[in-house]
Amino acid sequence: MEFVLQPWPWYVSGFLIALVLFLLLMMGNRFGMSSNLRTLCTICGAGKKTSFFQFDWKAQKWNLLVAIGAVIGGFIAANFLSIQDGVEISQETVESLKVYGITSSETSYLPTEMFVDVSPKNILLLSVGGFLVGFGARYAGGCTSGHAISGLSNLQLPSLIAVIGFFIGGLIMIHVFYPFIF
Amino acid sequence: MKNSLYLSIGILFGITMYKSEAASWFRIYEMFNFQSFHMYGIIGVAVVLGILIIRIIKRFNIKSFYGVPICIEDKEMSVKRYLFGGVIFGLGWALAGACPGPMFTLVGSGFFSLLIVIAFAVLGTYCYGVIKDKLPH
Repeated sequence: MEFVLQPWPWYVSGFLIALVLFLLLMMGNRFGMSSNLRTLCTICGAGKKTSFFQFDWKAQKWNLLVAIGAVIGGFIAANFLSIQDGVEISQETVESLKVYGITSSETSYLPTEMFVDVSPKNILLLSVGGFLVGFGARYAGGCTSGHAISGLSNLQLPSLIAVIGFFIGGLIMIHVFYPFIF
Repeated sequence: MKNSLYLSIGILFGITMYKSEAASWFRIYEMFNFQSFHMYGIIGVAVVLGILIIRIIKRFNIKSFYGVPICIEDKEMSVKRYLFGGVIFGLGWALAGACPGPMFTLVGSGFFSLLIVIAFAVLGTYCYGVIKDKLPH
């Protein structure tokens, strides 16, 4: 039980993600979470004006169930399968975050300075971040699960291009924009 | 029955995302600073096993649990949409520290501010759908 309560090592986690990929393939589906964002648009009525959202969302119900499961899984993991809240990132990372005034890595799963303190600036950051993720995922035709896991596993060159794009964007954000943001 | 299987797979996925710390903003920040092997190890193991799984499914024509052949379509080749879309996604991933799977997991683990991220991710998806035909693909 002790092993379960500690953060899981990368090889256990990687194995379990591959298991999720395998189970969804065996169910006759594909692993890809960002499609749910499009389905949510359709449920909200986006199909009335825009053809991109005109599809039978009930065909995607299975994926919404996976997303609801992911919410429940987060609840179970945080409340019953964890004894510590902090994240053991490298000392180098801890030091570099101090410069930005972020010091909660030992006590919180996410930086409280950004996700718990409700300030107009934080709401703006989370809104912009979410918007870019949603826009970019659909533009690229997939996210981390659809391209980095499913696509690369199927040796798809388009997915490799997308993953390179993910990294270019991530590196620009952290190394160019962060000093101005924080 | 089928519904509860999807829900169970989702629960397994959610627990894995949380316990692997792949859903933590700190790990994403650390990854983009190349200061730990952790995230690369997770994605690396998942992809190596994923390649084996898909090879085996294709080689032995393995059928789904429901007896239907599994055919995995190739993605349409292009550079622009994957590169531009990917860069925009990466900017958001590094800022919010969460991609579309972990966003849901984090709401369950009690970080309700992620609902803002999800709402705007839906809005971003909507805006893409509206201006899609004007973008280079």
